[in-house]
This record gives sequence, structure tokens and C-alpha cells, in this order.
Amino acid sequence: MNPEAQSHPVVQKLQTLSPGAVDEAQIFRGELTLWIPAARLRLVAEVLRDDPEFSFKYLSDLTALDHYPLEPRFETVYHLNSIEHNSRLRLKVRLPGDDPRVDSLVPVWPGATAFEREVFDLFGIQFAGHPYLVRILLPDDWAGHPLRKDYPTEGYR
Amino acid sequence: MPLTLETVPGHEERVVLSMGPQHPSTHGVLRLVLELEGETVVRAIYDIGFLHTGFEKSFERLTYSQDITLTDRMDYLAPLSNNLGFCLATEKLLDLEIPPKAQFIRVLLTELTRIQSHLVWLGTHAIDIGAMSVFLYCFREREDILRIFEMVSGQRMMTSYFRIGGLALEPPLGWTERVEKFIKKFPAKIDEYEGLLTRNPIWMVRTQGVGAISGADAVAYGVSGPSLRGSGVKWDIRKAQPYSSYDKFNFDIPTRPEGDVYARYLVRLAEMRESVKIVRQALDGLPEGPIKANAPHIVMPERESMKTSIEALIYHFKIVTEGFHPPIGEVYQSIESPRGELGVYMVSDGSPRPFRCHVRAPSFANLQALPKLIEGRLIADVVACIGSIDVVLGEIDR
Repeated sequence: MNPEAQSHPVVQKLQTLSPGAVDEAQIFRGELTLWIPAARLRLVAEVLRDDPEFSFKYLSDLTALDHYPLEPRFETVYHLNSIEHNSRLRLKVRLPGDDPRVDSLVPVWPGATAFEREVFDLFGIQFAGHPYLVRILLPDDWAGHPLRKDYPTEGYR
Repeated sequence: MPLTLETVPGHEERVVLSMGPQHPSTHGVLRLVLELEGETVVRAIYDIGFLHTGFEKSFERLTYSQDITLTDRMDYLAPLSNNLGFCLATEKLLDLEIPPKAQFIRVLLTELTRIQSHLVWLGTHAIDIGAMSVFLYCFREREDILRIFEMVSGQRMMTSYFRIGGLALEPPLGWTERVEKFIKKFPAKIDEYEGLLTRNPIWMVRTQGVGAISGADAVAYGVSGPSLRGSGVKWDIRKAQPYSSYDKFNFDIPTRPEGDVYARYLVRLAEMRESVKIVRQALDGLPEGPIKANAPHIVMPERESMKTSIEALIYHFKIVTEGFHPPIGEVYQSIESPRGELGVYMVSDGSPRPFRCHVRAPSFANLQALPKLIEGRLIADVVACIGSIDVVLGEIDR
């Protein structure tokens, strides 16, 4: 964790509101990244959206990373944007390789619906509480999750 | 991907209609499943993925420079905007300084891209609603812009003209005059489109009050671009988080409070006029100097220097056979594409290929608002609503 990120006001405030809400923080090229424990994600997201000091009402992007063969294998990545304060923030959640599962953020940002379906489709990460978690880009009977690193680029023939 | 939608028990009189993927007004291969009661849409879901090409997987297989050609093919109506998003993200990762002349030409070309993308939207949107002739006028002007692209890059559509560190080539002689000629005559053409549509009674009845969405809802659904500004939210990344020297340009952000199809139409027309202003300023203030950054290990050397300099030859060999190694890290760079926030999330593990490159496609998020726009409205309005959010299926399915 770099000290500059540790003393960032967003990190300070989150740690005060809910101690242990931020596992790790980092600043690279002026972009702040916070690692959140999977169990706290929903709570942290609600605070970031509703607290007038943050008001991250706009979810820009939601995606995932696969660190195969390392563990924890997956990370879900959330890019938040505050139109009022003109600021951006990146959240990351580490997930294990067997049964990757994280809370859905659809109740917080309805705009997460399609993005979470895409991550489910291409990475096979489960979103607990998603209203309609089915494949979005690939056919229903597709086998495997193409954006995983152990899935060959040519596909299975 | 649901193939069917079951009608709600107790409402057996309802009909489930599959609209698309070959329906001409769904702009590509969008499929909607509509549950109808009479002519009213009760429930709507969208079905996408027919154009899925696995771009994000292919990005991981190619070097950074090779990936640029893939970005052209995502949003095929705004290839230069995609190029710019990808190049800016990579340059941010590399911490590379781009010469001012290259930045200005990038601004100029992306604004022309915005105009030509809006022209395709206007023409097809008007055809959907029944105004046939607008299409022909729009494509007449679009052709001029495509010729400008062809002159500068050799390609009409899949330009790949922006490269990591600058531009591919110096614009040819006579190119600025060509752009000059176009922007001189174009404002009068916008008046012509407006004359056909803006006060047209049929157009107004078909679009006013149709497909309305509030600003707060639009933000919650992740809607961006003209569709968001049509709902009264003044948010434009060119102004809020300027990139590629947009802070040096003077322009307005058109917004409308109504949030309906008509408002989105007015916003896009006003945006075309603003784009003309930006192109004019870029032409007038075009700086002198190089078009490529001074970074020999990243930017391809000039062909001429390769014949005389051994270093240039070595760098060329290294870039072509291996690529360059960016530092380990991750960046997110967003730009205002004609459709909204185009974000590129780039993760590097230090190898010459991206560890992960995710594209936040504006149409992908905007499409989520579509069921909200059309539920409770007539089936004829569905066509107007699809046109008004201006989706490109190439970037939705990626």
C-alpha cells in the first residue's frame, strides 16, 4: 500500500465509517484504486453513492480480471464516477478461483445489470442477488468462459 | 439470451413479439422481445450478442500497436474515436507526452467523426420515423467527411490513423483546405436538415413526449453522451475531464431538459454545430511541429531514417518483432465518443501485450435504458426510441 494513497481523504473517510472497509489502496498515474473485502462491497458502494461528500451516482464501468494461475484468482473491477464532484474512483474485489461469488450491485446502480451479466458470461463469476443472471453475449448453451486465461484464444475445437 | 418471453398467467390475451435481429429499424442486429397488449408494450427485453467477435480476448493476443486496428471495428461509425480512446489509455500507461500538432489533429478528426456519426444517426432515425429524404441529404455530407478521412489515412472507414505516440502520417498537402471548404458549407446544411424536421408537425408528434427518461434515472442506468444531455444533465467528458488538449477549445455543451426523443434530436443537432466550431478553432490554431512523440522505443521510426541510421533500424526491428514493454499498472481512460462515455481500461503486466483491455462501450450502457423508454408505449414508438439512443451493435457485442 503506498502512503500517499493511504492518507487519501476517500480512504480516511471510509475507514472511519467502517473500519476495515479498505484492504489496500494504491495510486497509479493519478488514479486511486481501493481493494474492498467481498463481504463489505455492497455497504461501501451504498456509502459511496449516498454520502454527499462522495456522491458516486454514476457507475462508469464494471469488469473483471483473471490472474490464473495465481490465487485469489479473480478480481472484479468497478469504475465509479461522480458528476457533482467530477471525480473518479476504482474499486476492486478479490475473489477465489473456486466458486467466485460477489454481491450484485444492481440494487445500488441499476446500470450494473448488463455489465454483471457480461462478467458472468465471459468470466463465470456469480453475482448474488442479480435479478436476471443469464449469458448476454454468448449463446445459452456455450461451454466455458472465454475471457478466462485458461481458455484458448482459438477456442476449443 | 432468452429466446422467448412467457406471458404472465392470467393475461393470455397478450402477444409476445420477437422484433429483430433482422428488422431494418433495429440498426444492426438488435433483437427485442416485446410483450404486447393490443398495440401497447407491457414488457420489453433486449437480446444482444449476434455480433460478438471476442475483441477483448484478441487484444490480449496482439501487441499494443496491433490492437489499434481492432478498435476501428468496434464502433464502426466512429472508428477514430475508438482509436483515440485506445491510444490515450496506452499513452497514459506509458506516461507519454504527445506533440501539440498531433493533439490538435486528433481533436479535429474526432470532431469530424462526431459529425459523420451524427449524420448517419440522423438519416436512419428519420427514415425509421418516415422522413425518407433526410437520409439522402445526410449521406451526401457524410461522403465529404469520409473523403477527408480517406485523404489523410488512405481509408474511408477503418482508418487506424491514430497511433500510440501520435499519428500515422503527416496530413497531405491541400488537406486543411479540404476541411476548411467542408466546414464553411456545413452549417448551412444543418439548417437544411432542421428545415426538414425541427418544425415538421409529423416529426414533432412522433417524437415529442415519446420515450422520456429523467436525468436521475439516466444517471442511474449509466446512460451517457447526447442521450444523457437530452435529459438535462450537463456532463461532457471533453469539458469535465479534458483529454488531448480539449481544454484549449471554446465550445458549449448543449442540453435539453425534456428527456424525450425530440430533446435528444435537438441536442445532437446542436452538437454538430459545436463540432464545427471546434474544427474551425483547430484549423486556425494548428501548431507547427512533429506529429509523433519523441520516444524511439515506442514510436515507429521514419522510413527514410531507417536507410541511414542503424538505431532507427534496430528500433524498427524491436517494435515490429517484439513490441514495447509498458510499466506494470492499470489505467482507465474515458473519452466522449459520439455516443457517450467510451472508456478503455488497460491492465499491463509489463509484457508487450495487454494483460487485459476492457472497453466500456457507451451503447452497451445506453441500451439498458431502452426497456424503460418503451414500456407502456405503442409499438410504433419503439422504433423512434431505438433510433433516439443511437446504438451501434458493433461496440455493444464487441
